[in-house]
Amino acid sequence: MAIVFRTIWVIAYRELLRFVQDRPRMFSSFSMPIIFLIIFGAGFGRLIGQMMPGVDYIQFMYPGILAMTVLMTSVMSGVSIVWDREFGFLKEVLVSPLSRSGVLVGKAVGAATIAIIQGAIMLVLAPIVNVPINLGTVLALLPLLLILSLALSGLGLLIGSRMRSQQGFQIVMQLVIFPMMFLSGIFFPVSGVATWLEVLSKLNPVTYGIDAIRQVFLGTEVAGVTVFGHTMGIVDSAIVVAMAGVVFLTTAIWAFNKQE
Amino acid sequence: MDVIEASNLVKRFGELEAVKGVSFSVKEGEIFGFLGPNGAGKTTTINILCTLLKPTDGQAKVNGYDVVKERSQVRQSIGLVFQEPALDDYLTAEQNLRFHGYAYGIPKNVLEPRLKELLEMMELWDRRKGKINTYSGGMKRRLEIARGLLHHPRVLFLDEPTLGLDPQTRRRIWDYIHDLRKRENLAIFMTTHYMDEAENCDRIAIIDYGRTVALDTLEKLKDGVGGDVISVKTEDNEEAMRLLEGQYKLKPDIENGIISFTVPHGEEFLPKFVSGFPLRLLSIGLRRPTLEDVFLKLTGRNIREQEVDSMQKMKNMARMRRH
Repeated sequence: MAIVFRTIWVIAYRELLRFVQDRPRMFSSFSMPIIFLIIFGAGFGRLIGQMMPGVDYIQFMYPGILAMTVLMTSVMSGVSIVWDREFGFLKEVLVSPLSRSGVLVGKAVGAATIAIIQGAIMLVLAPIVNVPINLGTVLALLPLLLILSLALSGLGLLIGSRMRSQQGFQIVMQLVIFPMMFLSGIFFPVSGVATWLEVLSKLNPVTYGIDAIRQVFLGTEVAGVTVFGHTMGIVDSAIVVAMAGVVFLTTAIWAFNKQE
Repeated sequence: MDVIEASNLVKRFGELEAVKGVSFSVKEGEIFGFLGPNGAGKTTTINILCTLLKPTDGQAKVNGYDVVKERSQVRQSIGLVFQEPALDDYLTAEQNLRFHGYAYGIPKNVLEPRLKELLEMMELWDRRKGKINTYSGGMKRRLEIARGLLHHPRVLFLDEPTLGLDPQTRRRIWDYIHDLRKRENLAIFMTTHYMDEAENCDRIAIIDYGRTVALDTLEKLKDGVGGDVISVKTEDNEEAMRLLEGQYKLKPDIENGIISFTVPHGEEFLPKFVSGFPLRLLSIGLRRPTLEDVFLKLTGRNIREQEVDSMQKMKNMARMRRH
Protein backbone atom coordinates (compact mmCIF):
# COMPACT_ATOMS: atom_id res chain seq x y z
CA MET A 1 0.00 0.00 0.00
CA ALA A 2 2.85 2.36 0.87
CA ILE A 3 4.13 1.94 -2.66
CA VAL A 4 0.80 3.09 -4.11
CA PHE A 5 0.95 6.32 -2.11
CA ARG A 6 4.57 6.89 -3.04
CA THR A 7 3.66 6.35 -6.70
CA ILE A 8 0.80 8.84 -6.56
CA TRP A 9 3.04 11.49 -5.09
CA VAL A 10 6.03 10.91 -7.33
CA ILE A 11 3.90 11.00 -10.46
CA ALA A 12 1.88 14.02 -9.32
CA TYR A 13 5.12 15.78 -8.37
CA ARG A 14 6.50 15.31 -11.85
CA GLU A 15 3.29 16.60 -13.45
CA LEU A 16 3.54 19.77 -11.39
CA LEU A 17 7.24 20.16 -12.09
CA ARG A 18 6.55 19.92 -15.79
CA PHE A 19 3.71 22.37 -15.56
CA VAL A 20 5.90 24.94 -13.83
CA GLN A 21 8.68 24.48 -16.39
CA ASP A 22 6.43 24.64 -19.41
CA ARG A 23 5.35 28.29 -19.45
CA PRO A 24 3.69 28.33 -22.89
CA ARG A 25 1.32 25.57 -21.82
CA MET A 26 0.42 27.52 -18.71
CA PHE A 27 -0.73 30.47 -20.78
CA SER A 28 -2.25 28.58 -23.68
CA SER A 29 -4.75 26.84 -21.47
CA PHE A 30 -6.16 30.24 -20.47
CA SER A 31 -6.36 31.70 -23.91
CA MET A 32 -9.40 29.85 -25.21
CA PRO A 33 -11.67 30.33 -22.17
CA ILE A 34 -10.78 34.02 -21.96
CA ILE A 35 -11.35 34.54 -25.68
CA PHE A 36 -14.77 32.90 -25.37
CA LEU A 37 -15.63 35.00 -22.36
CA ILE A 38 -14.66 38.25 -24.05
CA ILE A 39 -15.99 37.61 -27.55
CA PHE A 40 -19.20 35.78 -26.66
CA GLY A 41 -19.78 38.18 -23.82
CA ALA A 42 -19.41 41.20 -26.07
CA GLY A 43 -21.14 39.60 -29.04
CA PHE A 44 -24.21 38.02 -27.43
CA GLY A 45 -24.31 40.05 -24.26
CA ARG A 46 -26.26 42.97 -25.64
CA LEU A 47 -28.42 40.75 -27.83
CA ILE A 48 -29.50 38.51 -25.00
CA GLY A 49 -29.65 41.02 -22.20
CA GLN A 50 -30.67 39.43 -18.92
CA MET A 51 -30.72 35.64 -18.68
CA MET A 52 -32.82 35.86 -15.55
CA PRO A 53 -33.56 38.67 -13.14
CA GLY A 54 -30.27 40.19 -12.01
CA VAL A 55 -28.06 37.92 -14.13
CA ASP A 56 -26.73 39.18 -17.45
CA TYR A 57 -25.21 36.95 -20.10
CA ILE A 58 -21.57 37.38 -19.16
CA GLN A 59 -22.38 36.63 -15.51
CA PHE A 60 -24.28 33.55 -16.62
CA MET A 61 -21.38 32.38 -18.79
CA TYR A 62 -18.55 33.05 -16.32
CA PRO A 63 -18.98 29.96 -14.08
CA GLY A 64 -19.06 27.83 -17.22
CA ILE A 65 -15.85 29.43 -18.48
CA LEU A 66 -14.21 28.58 -15.18
CA ALA A 67 -15.27 24.96 -15.65
CA MET A 68 -14.06 25.07 -19.24
CA THR A 69 -10.55 25.93 -18.05
CA VAL A 70 -10.68 22.92 -15.75
CA LEU A 71 -12.12 20.74 -18.53
CA MET A 72 -9.37 21.49 -21.03
CA THR A 73 -6.51 21.25 -18.56
CA SER A 74 -7.73 18.00 -17.05
CA VAL A 75 -8.55 16.12 -20.24
CA MET A 76 -5.32 17.21 -21.91
CA SER A 77 -3.18 16.29 -18.91
CA GLY A 78 -4.77 12.87 -18.88
CA VAL A 79 -4.20 12.34 -22.57
CA SER A 80 -0.57 13.40 -22.08
CA ILE A 81 0.17 9.84 -21.03
CA VAL A 82 0.39 9.21 -24.78
CA TRP A 83 3.21 11.72 -24.91
CA ASP A 84 5.06 9.85 -22.21
CA ARG A 85 4.67 6.66 -24.15
CA GLU A 86 5.87 8.16 -27.39
CA PHE A 87 8.86 9.97 -25.90
CA GLY A 88 9.84 6.89 -23.97
CA PHE A 89 9.46 8.27 -20.46
CA LEU A 90 6.66 5.83 -19.71
CA LYS A 91 9.21 3.01 -19.94
CA GLU A 92 11.24 4.55 -17.13
CA VAL A 93 8.06 4.49 -15.05
CA LEU A 94 7.05 0.98 -16.08
CA VAL A 95 10.37 -0.69 -15.16
CA SER A 96 10.51 1.09 -11.82
CA PRO A 97 8.97 -0.54 -8.77
CA LEU A 98 6.09 1.98 -8.89
CA SER A 99 2.54 0.62 -8.93
CA ARG A 100 0.69 0.69 -12.26
CA SER A 101 -2.62 1.80 -10.75
CA GLY A 102 -0.85 4.42 -8.68
CA VAL A 103 0.66 5.86 -11.85
CA LEU A 104 -2.79 6.67 -13.20
CA VAL A 105 -4.14 8.02 -9.94
CA GLY A 106 -0.98 10.11 -9.60
CA LYS A 107 -1.50 11.52 -13.08
CA ALA A 108 -5.09 12.41 -12.20
CA VAL A 109 -4.05 14.03 -8.92
CA GLY A 110 -1.34 16.01 -10.73
CA ALA A 111 -3.77 17.09 -13.42
CA ALA A 112 -6.38 18.07 -10.86
CA THR A 113 -3.89 20.15 -8.91
CA ILE A 114 -2.86 21.99 -12.06
CA ALA A 115 -6.51 22.49 -13.06
CA ILE A 116 -7.32 23.95 -9.66
CA ILE A 117 -4.37 26.34 -9.86
CA GLN A 118 -5.59 27.44 -13.29
CA GLY A 119 -9.15 27.74 -11.98
CA ALA A 120 -7.95 29.85 -9.06
CA ILE A 121 -6.22 32.22 -11.45
CA MET A 122 -9.46 32.51 -13.44
CA LEU A 123 -11.22 33.63 -10.26
CA VAL A 124 -9.40 36.94 -10.59
CA LEU A 125 -11.75 37.71 -13.48
CA ALA A 126 -14.88 37.35 -11.35
CA PRO A 127 -15.00 40.95 -10.06
CA ILE A 128 -14.28 42.27 -13.56
CA VAL A 129 -17.40 40.58 -14.96
CA ASN A 130 -19.46 41.54 -11.90
CA VAL A 131 -19.79 38.08 -10.49
CA PRO A 132 -20.02 38.23 -6.69
CA ILE A 133 -17.19 36.38 -4.98
CA ASN A 134 -16.20 35.95 -1.34
CA LEU A 135 -14.31 33.50 0.83
CA GLY A 136 -17.39 31.30 1.19
CA THR A 137 -17.74 30.99 -2.58
CA VAL A 138 -14.08 30.05 -2.95
CA LEU A 139 -14.28 27.41 -0.22
CA ALA A 140 -17.42 25.93 -1.77
CA LEU A 141 -15.82 25.93 -5.21
CA LEU A 142 -12.68 24.07 -4.22
CA PRO A 143 -14.20 20.63 -3.68
CA LEU A 144 -16.37 21.03 -6.79
CA LEU A 145 -13.40 21.92 -8.99
CA LEU A 146 -11.44 19.06 -7.46
CA ILE A 147 -14.13 16.47 -8.18
CA LEU A 148 -14.71 17.80 -11.68
CA SER A 149 -11.03 17.84 -12.60
CA LEU A 150 -10.33 14.38 -11.14
CA ALA A 151 -13.26 13.01 -13.14
CA LEU A 152 -12.19 14.67 -16.37
CA SER A 153 -8.54 13.71 -16.06
CA GLY A 154 -9.85 10.17 -15.56
CA LEU A 155 -11.59 10.56 -18.91
CA GLY A 156 -8.38 11.89 -20.47
CA LEU A 157 -6.42 8.95 -19.06
CA LEU A 158 -9.02 6.51 -20.34
CA ILE A 159 -8.63 7.94 -23.84
CA GLY A 160 -4.84 8.11 -23.46
CA SER A 161 -4.49 4.53 -22.34
CA ARG A 162 -6.11 3.37 -25.57
CA MET A 163 -4.32 5.80 -27.86
CA ARG A 164 -1.05 4.98 -29.59
CA SER A 165 0.08 8.20 -31.20
CA GLN A 166 -0.13 11.90 -30.56
CA GLN A 167 -1.93 12.47 -33.81
CA GLY A 168 -4.95 11.47 -31.77
CA PHE A 169 -4.68 14.74 -29.83
CA GLN A 170 -6.39 16.74 -32.53
CA ILE A 171 -9.15 14.17 -32.76
CA VAL A 172 -9.65 14.19 -29.01
CA MET A 173 -9.89 17.95 -29.10
CA GLN A 174 -12.52 17.88 -31.81
CA LEU A 175 -14.51 14.80 -30.89
CA VAL A 176 -14.36 14.93 -27.10
CA ILE A 177 -13.52 18.35 -25.75
CA PHE A 178 -15.58 20.50 -28.13
CA PRO A 179 -18.79 18.48 -27.86
CA MET A 180 -18.40 18.26 -24.08
CA MET A 181 -17.89 21.98 -23.96
CA PHE A 182 -20.83 22.99 -26.13
CA LEU A 183 -23.22 20.43 -24.65
CA SER A 184 -22.65 21.43 -21.07
CA GLY A 185 -24.65 24.54 -20.46
CA ILE A 186 -21.68 26.89 -20.58
CA PHE A 187 -23.26 29.11 -23.23
CA PHE A 188 -26.97 28.42 -22.85
CA PRO A 189 -29.21 26.67 -20.31
CA VAL A 190 -29.73 23.00 -21.10
CA SER A 191 -33.45 23.05 -20.50
CA GLY A 192 -35.87 24.54 -22.95
CA VAL A 193 -33.74 23.60 -26.00
CA ALA A 194 -34.48 20.93 -28.61
CA THR A 195 -35.07 17.56 -26.97
CA TRP A 196 -32.08 15.81 -28.61
CA LEU A 197 -29.82 18.60 -27.41
CA GLU A 198 -31.25 18.41 -23.93
CA VAL A 199 -30.78 14.63 -23.77
CA LEU A 200 -27.17 14.82 -24.95
CA SER A 201 -26.40 17.59 -22.48
CA LYS A 202 -27.88 15.64 -19.61
CA LEU A 203 -25.72 12.66 -20.48
CA ASN A 204 -22.64 14.86 -20.25
CA PRO A 205 -21.16 14.85 -16.73
CA VAL A 206 -19.65 18.29 -17.31
CA THR A 207 -23.19 19.70 -17.38
CA TYR A 208 -23.65 18.81 -13.71
CA GLY A 209 -20.28 20.22 -12.78
CA ILE A 210 -21.11 23.51 -14.40
CA ASP A 211 -24.57 23.66 -12.92
CA ALA A 212 -23.16 23.18 -9.43
CA ILE A 213 -20.48 25.82 -9.94
CA ARG A 214 -23.07 28.23 -11.30
CA GLN A 215 -25.29 27.70 -8.28
CA VAL A 216 -22.36 28.46 -5.98
CA PHE A 217 -21.81 31.80 -7.71
CA LEU A 218 -25.30 32.92 -8.58
CA GLY A 219 -27.54 31.18 -6.06
CA THR A 220 -29.77 28.13 -6.31
CA GLU A 221 -32.43 29.93 -8.42
CA VAL A 222 -30.24 29.48 -11.49
CA ALA A 223 -30.34 25.67 -11.19
CA GLY A 224 -30.91 24.56 -14.75
CA VAL A 225 -30.83 20.79 -14.72
CA THR A 226 -33.84 18.69 -13.91
CA VAL A 227 -33.56 14.94 -14.15
CA PHE A 228 -36.83 12.96 -14.03
CA GLY A 229 -38.59 15.96 -12.53
CA HIS A 230 -35.97 16.46 -9.84
CA THR A 231 -34.06 19.74 -9.87
CA MET A 232 -30.43 18.99 -9.17
CA GLY A 233 -28.89 20.81 -6.23
CA ILE A 234 -25.17 21.40 -5.69
CA VAL A 235 -24.63 18.18 -3.78
CA ASP A 236 -26.71 16.08 -6.23
CA SER A 237 -24.67 17.36 -9.13
CA ALA A 238 -21.38 16.81 -7.31
CA ILE A 239 -22.37 13.19 -6.70
CA VAL A 240 -23.13 12.65 -10.39
CA VAL A 241 -19.72 14.06 -11.35
CA ALA A 242 -17.96 11.97 -8.71
CA MET A 243 -19.66 8.80 -9.91
CA ALA A 244 -18.71 9.51 -13.51
CA GLY A 245 -15.14 10.09 -12.29
CA VAL A 246 -14.99 6.76 -10.49
CA VAL A 247 -16.17 5.01 -13.66
CA PHE A 248 -13.65 6.84 -15.89
CA LEU A 249 -10.71 6.31 -13.57
CA THR A 250 -11.33 2.64 -12.78
CA THR A 251 -11.87 1.85 -16.47
CA ALA A 252 -8.66 3.73 -17.28
CA ILE A 253 -6.71 1.78 -14.64
CA TRP A 254 -8.13 -1.47 -15.92
CA ALA A 255 -7.27 -0.65 -19.54
CA PHE A 256 -3.77 0.52 -18.61
CA ASN A 257 -2.96 -2.54 -16.51
CA LYS A 258 -4.19 -4.79 -19.26
CA GLN A 259 -2.10 -3.12 -21.92
CA GLU A 260 1.21 -2.36 -20.26
CA MET B 1 27.01 -16.36 -7.70
CA ASP B 2 24.92 -15.97 -10.84
CA VAL B 3 23.04 -12.70 -11.05
CA ILE B 4 21.03 -13.78 -14.07
CA GLU B 5 19.89 -17.31 -14.79
CA ALA B 6 17.77 -17.83 -17.85
CA SER B 7 16.65 -21.27 -18.89
CA ASN B 8 14.80 -22.07 -22.05
CA LEU B 9 13.20 -18.68 -22.52
CA VAL B 10 10.60 -18.63 -25.25
CA LYS B 11 8.60 -15.66 -26.44
CA ARG B 12 5.93 -15.84 -29.09
CA PHE B 13 4.05 -12.90 -30.54
CA GLY B 14 1.15 -14.59 -32.26
CA GLU B 15 2.68 -16.58 -35.09
CA LEU B 16 6.13 -15.13 -34.69
CA GLU B 17 8.54 -16.87 -32.35
CA ALA B 18 10.99 -14.12 -31.44
CA VAL B 19 12.94 -16.05 -28.82
CA LYS B 20 13.21 -19.82 -29.22
CA GLY B 21 14.56 -21.34 -26.04
CA VAL B 22 17.47 -19.20 -24.88
CA SER B 23 19.51 -20.27 -21.84
CA PHE B 24 22.48 -18.57 -20.22
CA SER B 25 23.75 -17.28 -16.92
CA VAL B 26 25.59 -14.13 -15.99
CA LYS B 27 28.09 -14.04 -13.12
CA GLU B 28 28.55 -11.31 -10.57
CA GLY B 29 30.72 -8.50 -11.83
CA GLU B 30 31.06 -9.58 -15.44
CA ILE B 31 30.23 -7.79 -18.67
CA PHE B 32 28.03 -10.14 -20.62
CA GLY B 33 27.34 -9.36 -24.25
CA PHE B 34 24.37 -10.39 -26.30
CA LEU B 35 25.51 -10.12 -29.88
CA GLY B 36 23.39 -10.61 -32.94
CA PRO B 37 21.91 -8.93 -35.99
CA ASN B 38 18.88 -6.68 -35.72
CA GLY B 39 15.73 -8.67 -35.10
CA ALA B 40 17.57 -11.65 -33.59
CA GLY B 41 15.57 -11.40 -30.34
CA LYS B 42 17.98 -9.38 -28.20
CA THR B 43 15.60 -6.68 -27.06
CA THR B 44 12.83 -9.20 -26.47
CA THR B 45 15.16 -11.12 -24.15
CA ILE B 46 16.10 -7.96 -22.25
CA ASN B 47 12.44 -7.03 -21.92
CA ILE B 48 11.70 -10.44 -20.41
CA LEU B 49 14.59 -10.14 -17.95
CA CYS B 50 13.54 -6.67 -16.81
CA THR B 51 9.87 -7.74 -16.41
CA LEU B 52 8.43 -5.67 -19.24
CA LEU B 53 7.36 -8.83 -21.09
CA LYS B 54 6.17 -12.15 -19.78
CA PRO B 55 7.93 -15.14 -21.33
CA THR B 56 5.66 -17.58 -23.18
CA ASP B 57 7.71 -20.41 -21.72
CA GLY B 58 10.86 -20.97 -19.70
CA GLN B 59 12.17 -19.34 -16.56
CA ALA B 60 14.48 -16.56 -15.56
CA LYS B 61 15.83 -15.28 -12.29
CA VAL B 62 17.52 -11.95 -11.78
CA ASN B 63 19.37 -11.44 -8.50
CA GLY B 64 17.62 -14.57 -7.31
CA TYR B 65 14.13 -13.20 -7.99
CA ASP B 66 11.75 -14.77 -10.48
CA VAL B 67 10.98 -12.36 -13.34
CA VAL B 68 7.34 -13.40 -13.46
CA LYS B 69 6.47 -14.00 -9.81
CA GLU B 70 8.66 -11.44 -8.06
CA ARG B 71 8.51 -8.54 -10.45
CA SER B 72 8.82 -5.66 -8.03
CA GLN B 73 11.91 -7.16 -6.36
CA VAL B 74 13.48 -7.64 -9.78
CA ARG B 75 12.67 -4.05 -10.73
CA GLN B 76 14.12 -2.65 -7.54
CA SER B 77 17.41 -4.51 -8.04
CA ILE B 78 18.21 -3.71 -11.67
CA GLY B 79 19.20 -0.65 -13.66
CA LEU B 80 18.23 -0.16 -17.26
CA VAL B 81 19.28 1.91 -20.23
CA PHE B 82 16.97 1.53 -23.18
CA GLN B 83 17.72 1.68 -26.86
CA GLU B 84 15.61 4.80 -27.18
CA PRO B 85 16.03 7.62 -24.69
CA ALA B 86 13.51 7.48 -21.84
CA LEU B 87 14.07 10.88 -20.27
CA ASP B 88 11.64 13.70 -19.59
CA ASP B 89 12.75 16.35 -22.07
CA TYR B 90 11.11 19.19 -20.22
CA LEU B 91 12.91 18.55 -16.97
CA THR B 92 16.55 19.18 -16.10
CA ALA B 93 19.10 16.41 -15.70
CA GLU B 94 18.95 16.77 -11.96
CA GLN B 95 15.16 16.63 -11.90
CA ASN B 96 15.17 13.48 -14.01
CA LEU B 97 17.55 11.83 -11.58
CA ARG B 98 15.58 12.95 -8.53
CA PHE B 99 12.38 11.56 -10.02
CA HIS B 100 14.18 8.25 -10.36
CA GLY B 101 15.46 8.49 -6.80
CA TYR B 102 11.96 9.09 -5.42
CA ALA B 103 10.51 6.34 -7.59
CA TYR B 104 13.00 3.84 -6.17
CA GLY B 105 12.52 5.14 -2.64
CA ILE B 106 16.12 6.25 -2.11
CA PRO B 107 16.42 8.19 1.17
CA LYS B 108 17.35 11.84 0.67
CA ASN B 109 20.66 11.61 2.55
CA VAL B 110 21.78 8.81 0.23
CA LEU B 111 20.29 10.27 -2.94
CA GLU B 112 22.02 13.65 -3.02
CA PRO B 113 25.65 12.48 -2.65
CA ARG B 114 25.00 9.57 -5.03
CA LEU B 115 23.51 11.92 -7.60
CA LYS B 116 26.57 14.15 -7.40
CA GLU B 117 28.98 11.24 -7.59
CA LEU B 118 27.35 9.83 -10.73
CA LEU B 119 26.92 13.15 -12.50
CA GLU B 120 30.58 13.91 -11.86
CA MET B 121 31.64 10.51 -13.07
CA MET B 122 29.65 10.97 -16.29
CA GLU B 123 30.99 14.53 -16.57
CA LEU B 124 27.55 16.07 -16.49
CA TRP B 125 27.73 17.87 -13.13
CA ASP B 126 28.23 21.27 -14.76
CA ARG B 127 25.20 20.72 -16.95
CA ARG B 128 22.95 19.37 -14.23
CA LYS B 129 20.59 22.33 -14.44
CA GLY B 130 20.25 22.08 -18.20
CA LYS B 131 17.01 20.80 -19.67
CA ILE B 132 17.23 17.53 -21.53
CA ASN B 133 16.03 19.06 -24.79
CA THR B 134 19.34 20.95 -24.89
CA TYR B 135 21.38 17.75 -24.47
CA SER B 136 23.23 15.93 -27.26
CA GLY B 137 22.66 12.23 -27.95
CA GLY B 138 25.85 11.25 -26.12
CA MET B 139 24.98 13.35 -23.08
CA LYS B 140 21.53 11.81 -22.89
CA ARG B 141 23.00 8.34 -22.97
CA ARG B 142 25.49 9.19 -20.22
CA LEU B 143 22.71 10.66 -18.12
CA GLU B 144 20.65 7.52 -18.61
CA ILE B 145 23.57 5.38 -17.49
CA ALA B 146 23.92 7.59 -14.41
CA ARG B 147 20.20 7.24 -13.76
CA GLY B 148 20.31 3.48 -14.19
CA LEU B 149 22.95 3.30 -11.46
CA LEU B 150 21.39 5.72 -9.00
CA HIS B 151 19.68 3.11 -6.84
CA HIS B 152 22.79 0.85 -6.59
CA PRO B 153 21.52 -1.96 -8.82
CA ARG B 154 23.47 -5.20 -8.94
CA VAL B 155 22.88 -5.66 -12.65
CA LEU B 156 22.84 -2.96 -15.26
CA PHE B 157 21.06 -3.72 -18.53
CA LEU B 158 22.24 -1.79 -21.54
CA ASP B 159 20.21 -2.23 -24.71
CA GLU B 160 22.45 -1.13 -27.58
CA PRO B 161 24.09 1.51 -25.40
CA THR B 162 25.89 3.25 -28.24
CA LEU B 163 23.30 3.00 -31.00
CA GLY B 164 23.17 6.13 -33.11
CA LEU B 165 26.23 7.71 -31.51
CA ASP B 166 29.34 8.81 -33.38
CA PRO B 167 32.53 6.72 -33.00
CA GLN B 168 34.22 9.13 -30.60
CA THR B 169 31.23 9.25 -28.29
CA ARG B 170 30.96 5.47 -28.49
CA ARG B 171 34.53 5.14 -27.26
CA ARG B 172 33.85 7.57 -24.42
CA ILE B 173 30.79 5.59 -23.35
CA TRP B 174 32.91 2.46 -23.24
CA ASP B 175 35.52 4.17 -21.09
CA TYR B 176 32.75 5.03 -18.65
CA ILE B 177 31.43 1.49 -18.64
CA HIS B 178 34.85 0.01 -17.86
CA ASP B 179 35.44 2.59 -15.18
CA LEU B 180 32.07 1.78 -13.71
CA ARG B 181 32.68 -1.88 -13.46
CA LYS B 182 35.87 -1.26 -11.53
CA ARG B 183 34.13 1.05 -9.08
CA GLU B 184 30.77 -0.58 -8.57
CA ASN B 185 31.39 -4.29 -8.95
CA LEU B 186 28.19 -4.77 -10.84
CA ALA B 187 27.28 -7.13 -13.62
CA ILE B 188 26.51 -5.59 -16.97
CA PHE B 189 24.23 -7.28 -19.46
CA MET B 190 24.36 -5.59 -22.81
CA THR B 191 23.08 -6.16 -26.29
CA THR B 192 24.82 -4.93 -29.39
CA HIS B 193 25.07 -5.60 -33.05
CA TYR B 194 28.45 -3.89 -33.32
CA MET B 195 31.16 -6.55 -33.54
CA ASP B 196 33.94 -4.29 -32.34
CA GLU B 197 31.90 -3.31 -29.33
CA ALA B 198 31.25 -6.86 -28.26
CA GLU B 199 35.02 -7.19 -27.86
CA ASN B 200 34.68 -5.25 -24.61
CA CYS B 201 32.69 -8.08 -23.04
CA ASP B 202 34.03 -10.81 -20.79
CA ARG B 203 31.68 -13.37 -22.24
CA ILE B 204 29.56 -13.21 -25.33
CA ALA B 205 26.42 -15.03 -26.37
CA ILE B 206 25.88 -14.96 -30.10
CA ILE B 207 22.20 -14.95 -30.91
CA ASP B 208 20.67 -15.55 -34.30
CA TYR B 209 17.01 -16.07 -35.20
CA GLY B 210 16.03 -16.30 -31.53
CA ARG B 211 18.60 -18.95 -30.59
CA THR B 212 22.00 -18.77 -28.96
CA VAL B 213 24.45 -20.27 -31.44
CA ALA B 214 27.51 -19.84 -29.19
CA LEU B 215 28.36 -18.68 -25.69
CA ASP B 216 31.91 -18.25 -24.46
CA THR B 217 34.72 -15.84 -23.70
CA LEU B 218 35.97 -13.75 -26.55
CA GLU B 219 39.24 -15.71 -26.74
CA LYS B 220 37.54 -19.09 -26.81
CA LEU B 221 35.06 -17.98 -29.44
CA LYS B 222 37.95 -16.83 -31.58
CA ASP B 223 39.86 -20.04 -30.98
CA GLY B 224 36.78 -21.84 -32.25
CA VAL B 225 37.49 -20.36 -35.64
CA GLY B 226 40.65 -22.52 -35.70
CA GLY B 227 43.41 -20.19 -34.60
CA ASP B 228 44.93 -17.19 -36.33
CA VAL B 229 44.50 -15.95 -39.84
CA ILE B 230 47.76 -15.80 -41.84
CA SER B 231 47.94 -14.05 -45.18
CA VAL B 232 50.90 -14.37 -47.53
CA LYS B 233 51.94 -13.16 -50.94
CA THR B 234 54.59 -15.15 -52.79
CA GLU B 235 56.53 -15.07 -56.06
CA ASP B 236 54.54 -18.01 -57.36
CA ASN B 237 51.11 -18.21 -55.77
CA GLU B 238 50.02 -21.31 -57.66
CA GLU B 239 53.00 -23.30 -56.51
CA ALA B 240 52.49 -21.92 -53.01
CA MET B 241 48.88 -23.10 -52.95
CA ARG B 242 50.00 -26.59 -53.96
CA LEU B 243 52.65 -26.67 -51.26
CA LEU B 244 50.29 -25.40 -48.54
CA GLU B 245 47.64 -27.95 -49.39
CA GLY B 246 50.03 -30.86 -49.84
CA GLN B 247 53.01 -30.46 -47.58
CA TYR B 248 51.39 -28.27 -44.88
CA LYS B 249 47.94 -29.88 -44.99
CA LEU B 250 46.13 -26.52 -44.75
CA LYS B 251 43.03 -25.15 -46.42
CA PRO B 252 44.23 -21.97 -48.09
CA ASP B 253 42.01 -19.47 -49.91
CA ILE B 254 43.25 -17.11 -52.56
CA GLU B 255 41.76 -13.72 -53.19
CA ASN B 256 43.27 -10.75 -55.04
CA GLY B 257 46.68 -12.40 -55.12
CA ILE B 258 46.78 -12.94 -51.38
CA ILE B 259 46.65 -16.40 -49.89
CA SER B 260 45.07 -16.75 -46.46
CA PHE B 261 44.66 -19.69 -44.13
CA THR B 262 43.98 -20.42 -40.47
CA VAL B 263 46.48 -22.05 -38.14
CA PRO B 264 46.41 -22.64 -34.39
CA HIS B 265 49.01 -20.59 -32.44
CA GLY B 266 49.97 -18.32 -35.29
CA GLU B 267 52.84 -16.62 -33.46
CA GLU B 268 54.65 -19.95 -33.09
CA PHE B 269 53.81 -21.06 -36.59
CA LEU B 270 55.11 -17.92 -38.27
CA PRO B 271 58.91 -18.13 -37.64
CA LYS B 272 59.04 -21.83 -38.54
CA PHE B 273 57.02 -21.15 -41.68
CA VAL B 274 59.20 -18.23 -42.81
CA SER B 275 62.46 -20.12 -42.41
CA GLY B 276 61.15 -23.35 -43.88
CA PHE B 277 59.04 -22.20 -46.84
CA PRO B 278 60.86 -22.94 -50.11
CA LEU B 279 59.43 -20.05 -52.17
CA ARG B 280 60.38 -16.41 -51.85
CA LEU B 281 57.78 -14.53 -49.74
CA LEU B 282 56.81 -11.01 -50.82
CA SER B 283 54.72 -10.24 -47.73
CA ILE B 284 53.28 -12.02 -44.75
CA GLY B 285 50.74 -11.00 -42.15
CA LEU B 286 49.12 -12.46 -39.08
CA ARG B 287 45.89 -11.41 -37.42
CA ARG B 288 43.66 -12.72 -34.70
CA PRO B 289 40.25 -13.69 -35.99
CA THR B 290 37.57 -11.08 -35.33
CA LEU B 291 34.07 -11.71 -34.08
CA GLU B 292 33.08 -11.18 -37.65
CA ASP B 293 35.00 -14.38 -38.54
CA VAL B 294 33.31 -16.15 -35.62
CA PHE B 295 29.84 -15.11 -36.71
CA LEU B 296 30.57 -16.11 -40.28
CA LYS B 297 31.81 -19.51 -39.21
CA LEU B 298 28.82 -20.17 -36.94
CA THR B 299 26.00 -18.96 -39.14
CA GLY B 300 27.51 -19.06 -42.58
CA ARG B 301 26.56 -15.43 -43.03
CA ASN B 302 28.18 -12.09 -42.51
CA ILE B 303 26.41 -10.08 -39.78
CA ARG B 304 26.49 -6.97 -41.95
CA GLU B 305 24.68 -8.65 -44.81
CA GLN B 306 21.58 -8.79 -42.69
CA GLU B 307 21.58 -5.18 -41.81
CA VAL B 308 19.83 -4.04 -44.87
CA ASP B 309 17.88 -1.30 -43.21
CA SER B 310 14.36 -0.48 -44.19
CA MET B 311 15.57 2.52 -46.18
CA GLN B 312 17.69 0.26 -48.36
CA LYS B 313 14.81 -2.18 -48.77
CA MET B 314 12.56 0.61 -49.93
CA LYS B 315 15.18 1.78 -52.40
CA ASN B 316 15.54 -1.74 -53.72
CA MET B 317 11.81 -2.09 -54.12
CA ALA B 318 11.56 1.20 -55.93
CA ARG B 319 14.35 0.12 -58.23
CA MET B 320 12.64 -3.20 -58.94
CA ARG B 321 9.42 -1.48 -59.82
CA ARG B 322 11.14 0.81 -62.26
CA HIS B 323 12.60 -2.09 -64.25
